Amino acid sequence: MSEIIESVKNLSIGFNSQKGKQISILRNVSTNIKKGETVGIVGESGSGKSTLALAMMGYIKQGLFPLKGECLFKSEDLLKMSSRQLEKIRGRKIAMIPQNAGQALTPNLKIGYQIDEALKLHTDLNKRERDKKISELLNKVRLPSPETMAFRYPHELSGGQQQRVAVAMALAGKPDLLLLDEPTTGLDVTTQAHVLELLRFIAKDTGTSMIYVSHDLGAIAQVSDRIVVMYAGEIVLEGPARKILKEPIHPYTYGLLKSIPKLSLAGLPASMPGSQPQPGSINEGCSFYDRCNLATDNCKKNSPDLEHIKELDTNVRCFNYKELINQNNNLQTSITKKSNNSEANEVLKLKDVSISYAKQKFFDQLLNKISDQNPTVKDINIDIKKGETIALVGESGSGKSTILKSIAGLLKTKDGQIKFENDRILSSDLKMRNPNDLRAIQLIFQNPDESLNPNHTVEQILSQPLKLYFNLSGEELKKNIIDLLKKVRLGEFYMSRYPRQLSGGEKQRVAVARAFAAKPDIILCDEVTSALDVSVQAAVLNLLQQLKEDLGTTYVFVSHDLAVVRAISDRVAVLYQGRLCEIGPSQNVYKFPSHPYTEVLLGAVLEPDPDIKPKLVAEDIVEEKPPEKGCSFQGRCPRKIGDICNSKVPPWQIGENGNAIRCHINIEELASLQQ
Amino acid sequence: MLLLILKRIGLGLITLFIVSLITFVGVEVLPGDACTTYLEREAYGAALDTCIKRLGLDVPAYERYLDWASNVIRGDFGYSLSGEMPINEVLGPRVKNSLVLASVSILIGIPLAIVLGIITALWRDKLPDIMISTITIFSMTIPEFISATLLILIVAIWLGWLPGIVIIPSDATFYELLSNIILPVVAISMIMTAHMARMVRSSVIQVMASDYVQMAILKGVPYWKMVFRHVLPNALLPAINVVALTIAWLLGGVVVTEVVFNYPGLGRLVIESISNRDLPVVQALAIILASIYVGINLIADLMTLMLNPRLKSLQIRK
Ligand SMILES: Nc1ncnc2c1ncn2[C@@H]1O[C@H](COP(=O)(O)OP(=O)(O)O)[C@@H](O)[C@H]1O
Ligand code: SF4
Ligand code: SF4
Ligand SMILES: [Mg+2]
Repeated sequence: MSEIIESVKNLSIGFNSQKGKQISILRNVSTNIKKGETVGIVGESGSGKSTLALAMMGYIKQGLFPLKGECLFKSEDLLKMSSRQLEKIRGRKIAMIPQNAGQALTPNLKIGYQIDEALKLHTDLNKRERDKKISELLNKVRLPSPETMAFRYPHELSGGQQQRVAVAMALAGKPDLLLLDEPTTGLDVTTQAHVLELLRFIAKDTGTSMIYVSHDLGAIAQVSDRIVVMYAGEIVLEGPARKILKEPIHPYTYGLLKSIPKLSLAGLPASMPGSQPQPGSINEGCSFYDRCNLATDNCKKNSPDLEHIKELDTNVRCFNYKELINQNNNLQTSITKKSNNSEANEVLKLKDVSISYAKQKFFDQLLNKISDQNPTVKDINIDIKKGETIALVGESGSGKSTILKSIAGLLKTKDGQIKFENDRILSSDLKMRNPNDLRAIQLIFQNPDESLNPNHTVEQILSQPLKLYFNLSGEELKKNIIDLLKKVRLGEFYMSRYPRQLSGGEKQRVAVARAFAAKPDIILCDEVTSALDVSVQAAVLNLLQQLKEDLGTTYVFVSHDLAVVRAISDRVAVLYQGRLCEIGPSQNVYKFPSHPYTEVLLGAVLEPDPDIKPKLVAEDIVEEKPPEKGCSFQGRCPRKIGDICNSKVPPWQIGENGNAIRCHINIEELASLQQ
Repeated sequence: MLLLILKRIGLGLITLFIVSLITFVGVEVLPGDACTTYLEREAYGAALDTCIKRLGLDVPAYERYLDWASNVIRGDFGYSLSGEMPINEVLGPRVKNSLVLASVSILIGIPLAIVLGIITALWRDKLPDIMISTITIFSMTIPEFISATLLILIVAIWLGWLPGIVIIPSDATFYELLSNIILPVVAISMIMTAHMARMVRSSVIQVMASDYVQMAILKGVPYWKMVFRHVLPNALLPAINVVALTIAWLLGGVVVTEVVFNYPGLGRLVIESISNRDLPVVQALAIILASIYVGINLIADLMTLMLNPRLKSLQIRK
């Protein structure tokens, strides 16, 4: 167990800035990987974790170069090897499982060929043996029908299947060390849990060491023996996984863990102020100084060294870490939010809404109707109260965004009505809506990079809605813009910035400010925090909650992340394949009895706690379209009771907690099954 | 798949039909008709009558269109006024000449472009790239008529190595042609190769930066194997359409080059028949050039479809 496989010594990697300065993005990193051990490397985007992982394969991305230090694999420096020598090691001794397998598999080559390539390079098997090995490997990563899988092209597989192929490819050369760079990011919750489970199994089965790089402490917690926390290119904390997760003694790790929303906790996670410094901007002092609540004057001038604490078996880079020892119980707290007034009037009603993407047939087009018997979204009934935050959850393809687009008028409904204020029916055609309704409903998107015009300054971006809806100009316009910026906690000087000069969190704040500029009644949020780092996510969630409490806005909040939804929402609607499964007050939806699909989703959530393991009850199949009749979840339901599920749409049942469940199983029976 | 091919062919035929209508209607709405335009001041008496008879201008327009169209479908383009012979006889040698010029340029230029593009991309910002890129950008920026004239001046007049202009009849044999087309080929290739090499370069660079190439490297695939299996098939796929357009452009006659070198190809025929006001020939050329474009683009689309696994399975599933 103690044999060291790879050891990184004082590694610094950097690039030359346009002004000719040398800027380092990895600074003095040292760590050891032992045989059979899984090390998790965690940090926000830009903290240098992928650079470190790639360097451990002797690979330096274009534009970067090593400044000093070494990466010793079995006491040979990978950074000094020729590409010939490296070809012998890569894939055979150290193999990589990439972040986005969809993009990391060569599109013009069949799956089988790509695995065969690795086998040819790294084993002496002949053609027949290799063919056998390919199906063995595909079988091992639990892909369905391994024989035919080899003849498929990468794009013919789902995201989870592609990731499995990447795992099979990495295992082909029987490596001693597996490097995994965000291998589950971008996958659905259930798929993510399945892939992680597979990786854990492989680590145990083959005794391979693994380096698991991720921004997601939930995933890291599931696989790692040891955790390395990176911040701004440095290791700030390193130690046994359980210690790091339960008793983090570095202020950054502590804050990071607190900013993760947890399933078991209602209320909002605490956020850390600020964001990670840009490479090259720290000249002296601790790199975490301006976000740290334990910072002292000493921290400003001197940078702390990585200190080894023997009794904790931990390395920490902080002068004041002692203040955090035995503070751990505070981790399980959150900010309670004001719950909304349940007496309030309903502002938005969805009545029997169905939406179809099917192309209209010629005659239907003439008659302006859609005759799709099996629409993407069907029979949605939700009444939304004023000032309420209602969340729509479900895996990708469950129709969440589709419903939002329909409310916003971007997509026509097939059947049903969307009623706004006093039961006034909103036209499903954007052009037919009156300007006031357009103002009253605003949308915020997942990716601010795509929704903010890169050629406009923040001032221009924010002045558009103000001019359009309120005809403001001159001094008044400017005053309003400054007010808006203040609301989203951005200073006046941001007005002249372009989106590219903002961090991810700042961009999303500008997007939030733009939505609020219209003084809307309802804001539709589509995965607004999914692209953000956790610490930034917590800040945006708190901001949204604060604005709502001040202004009484109603949110329709779409997310695939059940913990985030738990934190922000008053009520939750669970969707599968465009059909409602369960709806109710959030505290109750997160309690049993639940709809079998909700149960599956809850089981798959990855918590940043090594003692809470995901429960995998359903297969992670991807269904292409909803079933023609019966229950929408019949194809994957682990509790399916028989033919009735295939033939009859299940009825709504109201539980004693007040959540409504749509299932053929009697609700009391569900409760006892789920005990 | 088959349905898709048929659909594409159908669309192509519709395009051709529209082109033929436009050229036909264009001639109709011009003041006068083909005969008065051609004969100009001599448009009276017997000459006019024979001309009208020959072209059948004495029947209503739509009948003439149908007549003309059905003849074209059978491969008969009518009668050239200036050549005083069937258009097919005028076209035949010109088509052959253009074909020769185009195929030689294609055979030399396109492989060269691909090789140069790959070299510049793989040695990006190194000496080979800097040298080749300077030359390609340079030859891209000089207009054809200047480079062609310079070539004549240097190679033909100063050095006297090759004939400056092509002084062969339009029905010369292939061998006669070959020695005469070296300069035109060089002039054409300079521009064409440069453009295509730049495109191949950026396409290869883009693929080299992709995740799957990084993955192949990390898998331990040797460099050249990676280039040939993982990079080139994906990088050259988008080049197919550009190559197709270039071929169509070449086959349709490279007007400027042909005029400067006095080369008897389709391009010069366009100029000649326009300046001779030989409307039947202009009509015939319009249809032929349109067919070349439509045909070649069709082939390119189908090839992309065949070679790109992504599109292929998409189509089959539908
Ligand atoms: N533009 C579109 N055309 C056809 N189908 C679409 C389109 N957009 C989404 N879909 C389909 O509609 C379903 C729901 O998609 P979406 O609303 O984006 O789900 P979610 O937001 O839950 O990820 C999916 O099956 C998706 O493939
Ligand atoms: S050294 Fe100071 S600023 Fe840095 S993390 Fe520790 S307390 Fe905070
Ligand atoms: S109705 Fe049947 S298939 Fe649907 S959730 Fe209930 S048990 Fe499962
Ligand atoms: Mg979505």
